[in-house]
Amino acid sequence: MSMNKAQLVTWLGKLNDVYAEKKEYLTELDAAIGDADHGINMNRGFGKVMEKLPTVEDKDIGTILKTVGMTLMSSVGGASGPLYGTFWMKGGMLLAGKDELAADDFVQFIEAGVGGILQRGRPELGDKTMYDLWAPVLEAMKDEAGNASEVIAVVDAALPVAEKALADTIPLQAKKGRASYLGERSIGHQDPGATSSYYMIETLRDVLAG
Amino acid sequence: MKKLINAVEDVVKEQLEGMALAHPELKVNYEPYYMCRADAPVKGKVAVISGGGSGHEPMHGGFVGKGMLDGACPGEVFTSPTPDQMYECAKAVDSGAGVLFIVKNYTGDVMNFEAAAELVAGEGVKVQNILIDDDVAVKDSLYTAGRRGVGTTVLAEKVVGAAAEEGYDLEQCADLCRKVNQYGRSFGVALTSCTVPAAGKPTFELGEDEVEMGIGIHGEPGTHRMPIKSVDEMTQYAAEQIIDDPAYSRTVREWDGEQWADKELTDEPFAKGDKVIAFVNSMGGTPVSELYAVYRKLDEVCRAKGLTIVRNLVGPYITSLEMQGFSITLLKADDEILKLWDAPASTPGFVR
Repeated sequence: MSMNKAQLVTWLGKLNDVYAEKKEYLTELDAAIGDADHGINMNRGFGKVMEKLPTVEDKDIGTILKTVGMTLMSSVGGASGPLYGTFWMKGGMLLAGKDELAADDFVQFIEAGVGGILQRGRPELGDKTMYDLWAPVLEAMKDEAGNASEVIAVVDAALPVAEKALADTIPLQAKKGRASYLGERSIGHQDPGATSSYYMIETLRDVLAG
Repeated sequence: MKKLINAVEDVVKEQLEGMALAHPELKVNYEPYYMCRADAPVKGKVAVISGGGSGHEPMHGGFVGKGMLDGACPGEVFTSPTPDQMYECAKAVDSGAGVLFIVKNYTGDVMNFEAAAELVAGEGVKVQNILIDDDVAVKDSLYTAGRRGVGTTVLAEKVVGAAAEEGYDLEQCADLCRKVNQYGRSFGVALTSCTVPAAGKPTFELGEDEVEMGIGIHGEPGTHRMPIKSVDEMTQYAAEQIIDDPAYSRTVREWDGEQWADKELTDEPFAKGDKVIAFVNSMGGTPVSELYAVYRKLDEVCRAKGLTIVRNLVGPYITSLEMQGFSITLLKADDEILKLWDAPASTPGFVR
C-alpha cells in the first residue's frame, strides 16, 4: 500500500503531539551537551506547522512538505531549523504534484531530505549528529524498498535500525555543533537531534500501522 | 528565576517594542523580527547586517545606526535568528550596493545565515558573509565547530560599519571584516551562570567560589574550572591566553557570488611592537568598576609583552544575560583600522 495524504497530515499532527510531550526530555538531552533549547525549538516549530497546515492540507504532497520545511526553517532557529527545514523542503521539491507515495517515492523523499541535511550541515558519520541516525536508516529503507512495495514495510525495516543508531550516538564524541566544545565530555550522552529524528520514524510507524 | 519579564514567550517581542519606543531613529519590524536604520536604504552605501540570539545586548540591535550596522536580526534568547529574518532585513536595507552579513561562528548562526545568503542572492542582491571566530579558548578547529565568535564581533561592527559609511564597496568591506576577524582574539571568564527565560533555570551550575575559564557567550563550557582568584591573576591568565596564542588555521566557507567556496585562513600571532585596541567587556552582571580593575592589569601585561594599547573600550557590549564575568579582546590595529575606529558612530549602544 502506498502512503496517502491523509496519513501524511496525521503524521504531522502526531509529530506535533510527540514534540509537545517530549519538549522537556529533548531540552534536557540538549542541556547535557548543547544549549538547552532543542525541545523548546521543535515544539515551537511544529506548533507553527499546525497553524499553517489547514491552508495546504488539500494541496499535493509536494506543497505540504515544502510548507512544512519553510515553516520549520523560519520558526525553529538554531542548527535544527535549517537542517529540518531543508529536509522537508527537498522532499517537497521532489514530490511536486503527488497525492500519494509508493514505497519508491517515499524512499526518494527520505534520500532527498538526507541529502539536504548533508548539504547544509556537512556532517560526517560519527560526528554525533542526526546524520548518524539518518545514514543507516536511509540504507535500511533502500534495501527494503528493493524487495517490498509497501511504505509500512520500509518504515518497519528502518525502525530497529533507527533505535540502534540512536543508542549508538551515546558513546560518540561530538565534532559538530555546540556539543563539540565539550570534547570528551560529550561522550555518554544521547544526541538530541538524532532523538528528535528518531521520533519522526517511530511516529510514522504508528500512523501507518493505524 | 527572578527577571523583569511578563510572559516568557513575549520576552523578545516586548524588549523590541521598548527599543522601538526609545529609539525612533530605528525601524523595528515584527513579522519577522529585524530592526534597521529608519533612513535605510542609504543611497550608494553597502549595507552591513548582523544578527544572532537575543540576550547579548546591546549587541546587535544596539549597534544599528549611522557608522555601524544598517540592520540587525535578533533570534530568540540564545537561539540564532532564522533565514526569513535576514532575507527581509536585507531587502529592506539594500541600496543596490550589496549586503554584508557579519556572522558569529556558531553552528546554528552559520547555517541560518548561509540559507539566508542563498535566498538573498536568488533575488539578485549582492551578498557576502564573513565569519567572526576569535575565541582562543577553543584550541582545535579540526574536531570542533571551530572558534566561537565573541568580542571581536563588536569591534568588527564598528570598523566595518565606518568603512561602509566612507564608501568602501562590498568586496572591500568583506576583505576588511575578514582582516579584523583575523587580527582579533578574545578570552572570557564566568563568575556565575545565567538563566534563559524559557528554560527557567541556570544554563550550567558553578560553585559559589568557582569560576569557569574560557567560557563562550552562551555558557558554553570553557577550558577548565578553578577556585576564584584575584582579579590580577585571572586577568593575567586571560591576557596571556590571547597574547601567547599561536597561529590559528581553519577552513571557512564564503559565498563567492554564485556558490559556496572554502577558504583557508591563518591568523598570525601577536608580535612585539604591535599596536592594539583593548576591549574589556562585562558578561552582563559584572559592574563597570570591576572592569577597570581588569583593565589596570591588562595594561600592565600588554606592556610587559611589548604590545601598545592605542585605543580601548570598557563596558558591557556583548553580554550573556545576567552572567557575572568578563572577557578581554585584543585587536591588532593598523592605520586603516585605527582611522575607522575613530570615525563617528551614532547608535543606541555605541556613540563616537
